Amino acid sequence: MAIDILMPALSPTMEQGKLAKWLKKEGDQVKPGDVLAEIETDKATMEVEAIDEGVLAKILVSDGTDNVAVNTPIAILAGEGEDVSSAASSAKAPAAPAPEAQPAPTPDMQAEGMADRPAPDQRPQQADLSTPAAPSVITNRTSYNAMAEIPEGTELVNMTVREALRDAMAEEMRKDDKVFVMGEEVAEYQGAYKVTQGLLQEFGAKRVIDTPITEHGFAGAGVGAAFTGLRPIVEFMTFNFAMQAIDQIINSAAKTLYMSGGQLGAPIVFRGPNGAAARVGAQHSQDFAAWYSQIPGLKVVSPYTASDAKGLLKSAIRDPNPVVFLENEILYGQSFPVPKLDDFTVPIGKARIHREGKDVTIVSFSIGMTYALKAAEELAKEGIEAEVIDLRTIRPMDTDTIVASVMKTGRCVTVEEGYPQSGVGTEIAMRIMENAFDYLDAPVIRVTGKDVPMPYAANLEKLALPSVAEVVQAAKAVCYR
Amino acid sequence: MAVAARKAGRAGAGAANKTTSGKGSNRGAAPNSPQFDKNQDLSAYNDMLLIRRFEEKSGQMYGMGLIGGFCHLYIGQEAVVVGMQMATKDGDQVITGYRDHGHMLACGMDAKGVMAELTGRRGGLSKGKGGSMHMFSKEKHFYGGHGIVGAQVSLGTGIAFANHYRENGNVCLTYFGDGAANQGQVYESFNMAQLWKLPVVYVIENNRYAMGTAVTRASAQTDFSKRGLSFGIPGEQVDGMDVRAVYAAGQRAIEHARSGKGPYILEMQTYRYRGHSMSDPAKYRTKDEVARMREEHDPIEQVRRRLLESWKLSEDELKAMDSKVREIVNEAAEFATHDPEPDPSELYTDILL
Repeated sequence: MAIDILMPALSPTMEQGKLAKWLKKEGDQVKPGDVLAEIETDKATMEVEAIDEGVLAKILVSDGTDNVAVNTPIAILAGEGEDVSSAASSAKAPAAPAPEAQPAPTPDMQAEGMADRPAPDQRPQQADLSTPAAPSVITNRTSYNAMAEIPEGTELVNMTVREALRDAMAEEMRKDDKVFVMGEEVAEYQGAYKVTQGLLQEFGAKRVIDTPITEHGFAGAGVGAAFTGLRPIVEFMTFNFAMQAIDQIINSAAKTLYMSGGQLGAPIVFRGPNGAAARVGAQHSQDFAAWYSQIPGLKVVSPYTASDAKGLLKSAIRDPNPVVFLENEILYGQSFPVPKLDDFTVPIGKARIHREGKDVTIVSFSIGMTYALKAAEELAKEGIEAEVIDLRTIRPMDTDTIVASVMKTGRCVTVEEGYPQSGVGTEIAMRIMENAFDYLDAPVIRVTGKDVPMPYAANLEKLALPSVAEVVQAAKAVCYR
Repeated sequence: MAVAARKAGRAGAGAANKTTSGKGSNRGAAPNSPQFDKNQDLSAYNDMLLIRRFEEKSGQMYGMGLIGGFCHLYIGQEAVVVGMQMATKDGDQVITGYRDHGHMLACGMDAKGVMAELTGRRGGLSKGKGGSMHMFSKEKHFYGGHGIVGAQVSLGTGIAFANHYRENGNVCLTYFGDGAANQGQVYESFNMAQLWKLPVVYVIENNRYAMGTAVTRASAQTDFSKRGLSFGIPGEQVDGMDVRAVYAAGQRAIEHARSGKGPYILEMQTYRYRGHSMSDPAKYRTKDEVARMREEHDPIEQVRRRLLESWKLSEDELKAMDSKVREIVNEAAEFATHDPEPDPSELYTDILL
């Protein structure tokens, strides 16, 4: 059968080009891989290679022709044993464009998010990222009841966040020998912040692994091990250093499940202290909650209490997805009551109402909760009952609990140590607008870290962080008091 | 530029492999071109031909607008992955970068599934959601398919870590190019691999150009087999156009890694005939250079000659093999052209488990 040789495209955006030169002439025998012709665009040149064996029966587009449309037949190849002259006369109408092939999106279209998106009515509804639900649905929003996580009558023991995290890892390591910990100083030094204290003694050097100072490398190695089904806990001495490894966290850990069509996931936990400690300067004092929370394919957890730290870390280790677990150095030493249970876990993706109130909702997480709770006490003295929500998980965010509370109070203040632009508070405000706009009696106010690199001087550092006074002021402002 | 690249000391076809020991001394030349028996030659020929024909077809389908985005063809480098695969045992893993179609075929992944992924169809190995650079197969122990230059080196080291952790006796072949060899995480990985004696073979496919930059313009040390010296990792330069040399070096390297001695580096001196990706200005090297490689060192032609001359196969027998391969490729192309695109509902699946 005669074979049409088509004008090829050099790129998805190329529509036409110049047929610069034929390197074979009619009657020439060609075999796969032989260069038949050269084509050019203003950007590049390319050789047209033969794919099939045969005789070049007829050239349809001659040397030097400009503006040859992609997929135009440029020559006819007579197949093996075929009569060359009859093949040559078999020139057909220009071949139909490739079936189902669509024009490639232009960069502009992609930037606008228009590329190949299904029509809105075909788009599947996603839990809480879809278009705002109708008000009738909104009234069904209910808060998550975190009280039910701990059975009534359970004994509580006081424990630091540090001990709770350690216990969580130890319990999971006892249960599952696929779980191991790797990171800088996690073994012999007993953890830079003593979070892995005693793990080496209990589990040995095979499962508690000191790495070189090589974040990018060991984060990637952890992801590779997770691809095979092991369950690594990768400790970063601080999440500031994880910026060296962020490519592996996002491009390898978060995206591979999707890119593999669901075949290959990375059950891995990246954990370590996040955010500002005290007087350590700009490079060691950043909150990355908002950064990681933007990435589909990641779960992002950031607990405040020891109880949540323990229950959530155990859930994170068991989770089949990559989890970024953001701790806080200042909280490590703080004590909280922790339930004495054999296997206490807290579900990822659920917020906790830490303090109930009816006048204003304050949403925060991690160390931000310390400002929020102190502010709530101050406000109570002035007759304002604040409801304080501890997000606990940043992604997936528990929109229902926030929205249900805002429907009750009509007012919201968010508190975080991270930067203001595109922060967690920004996201919360947007979700409230999408889901409970009509219930708002005042615009949402964000209390955040200031829009500056963290200064070293004690007075400036204090100014750069949120304060209880700012939270109180914001809460009063949304209450018009 | 072409002259400079040749001066960089790459061995031509049939050149003796040069070994660099971990201690930095040169142990001298390894034996010249080890011999293949007839079955090995037949198998190598068939496997390389499948990759060559598949890639030619991919190029054609790209030209027709059926494949979009990036498409990096492996034409010219076939002997590397085919020779290495011959030296593996079942269970050994493979991970590579974005020039990955050849690796997938050599691992035994279905040509239809690969081609349908290239065209972004639902029958693609990643359901059309990965594309040319992102395919995986747990069953065939192929771990991708990675688009960030050098990232697969840390990942492959982690897979080897898992082998070590499980004591399963498997080795992870971690492929990367001369361009990726300059990434920082490669050396972070070398350090950990040697420190922990991980069963990993680093296969550096030196095709002489990182995109359009010749190795001599990008690398202070163009002998990539020496890149592990400061960590004490042994390395060899291998004629990557001779599948027999690749196989023999692969056996040595894999044996080293499997026996608990740690990582091993193989610099495969190879050449890609096509551009870096489909839209390549091809202005960084001469046509003569490409033509000479094709004529004098083509990996498939070398085996073809042996099949005809040493093993006395007839042209007809070779042609029959060729048509079988062509049939597989045509079927793959046919499937990849007519298989439907993914259902729109797939947009929101496979994000989390």
